[in-house]
Amino acid sequence: MSYKENKSPEEKASGFKKNDLILALLVLAVSGIFFAGHLFTSQKSAGVVEIQIDGKVVETLDLKKERAFKINGGTNTVQIENGKVKMAAANCPDQICVHQKAISRNGESIICLPNKIVLKIVNGEEAELDAVTN
Amino acid sequence: MKKNTVRTAWFGVFTALALIFSYVETLIPFQIGIPGVKLGLANLIVVVALYKMGAKDALLLSVTRIVLSGFIFASLFSILYSLAGGLLSLAVMVILKKRGSFSVFGVSMAGGVFHNVGQLIVAMLVVETFSVAYYVPVLLIAGVITGFIIGVVANEMLKRLGSIVLS
Repeated sequence: MSYKENKSPEEKASGFKKNDLILALLVLAVSGIFFAGHLFTSQKSAGVVEIQIDGKVVETLDLKKERAFKINGGTNTVQIENGKVKMAAANCPDQICVHQKAISRNGESIICLPNKIVLKIVNGEEAELDAVTN
Repeated sequence: MKKNTVRTAWFGVFTALALIFSYVETLIPFQIGIPGVKLGLANLIVVVALYKMGAKDALLLSVTRIVLSGFIFASLFSILYSLAGGLLSLAVMVILKKRGSFSVFGVSMAGGVFHNVGQLIVAMLVVETFSVAYYVPVLLIAGVITGFIIGVVANEMLKRLGSIVLS
């Protein structure tokens, strides 16, 4: 192989700099703020799960009733158990939503990106009406 | 003339390496536990390319890598998703590297973080919700950690590539 050999001092590998540390700490601080904000805004509640498909709320379901059912024409299966909801099955290749833990706190969500489905926990007080069953 | 040939050859080697790393990544089940978090092995090649070949070649490499690996290992949808992360990440890395006050570690960490930020933004746009925001801290911290690991390896690679000129 005939590559040129040149001495270029500015390309010398350098060690960990102070700015790198500042950057890391800054990111940690920002994530701390987000985490605190999440804790602050979400209280534990046996609420309601909102099922959004393509940005529109199609169903609102009580977390107290245990059940499992298919949505979006059968592409995804939602399961409600012990006051928590999870995506039990999905037809997408990555299965990210299926691997996600069951959710129960306000504001938490499970998202199936390929099928544009969002399961979101909202406060149960006002939305006690039973949704259309399929 | 000769310079161009050398550059083309290196670019081919780097593209092949990035694709191999993309493939190796699909073999590691990193999604277990934390969904959406990946090591981003292919970004190692992008970081090294950024330092050895410059921003333009790194951009070309990043886009080529994402489109090719998208068609081979994933779907059209994931190409869009990866492009958002890859381009934002590269843009931030180029800016930080130009400033000169960050080492490979910092540049790579910022790259890791903004890779995740870019993907999260696409996620928000696609599902039209901001409720993914609670996932931000997980992705930010994961970005710092994976970015740091990539930075350590990139630093070692750059040390060994040393004075070899790739462009």
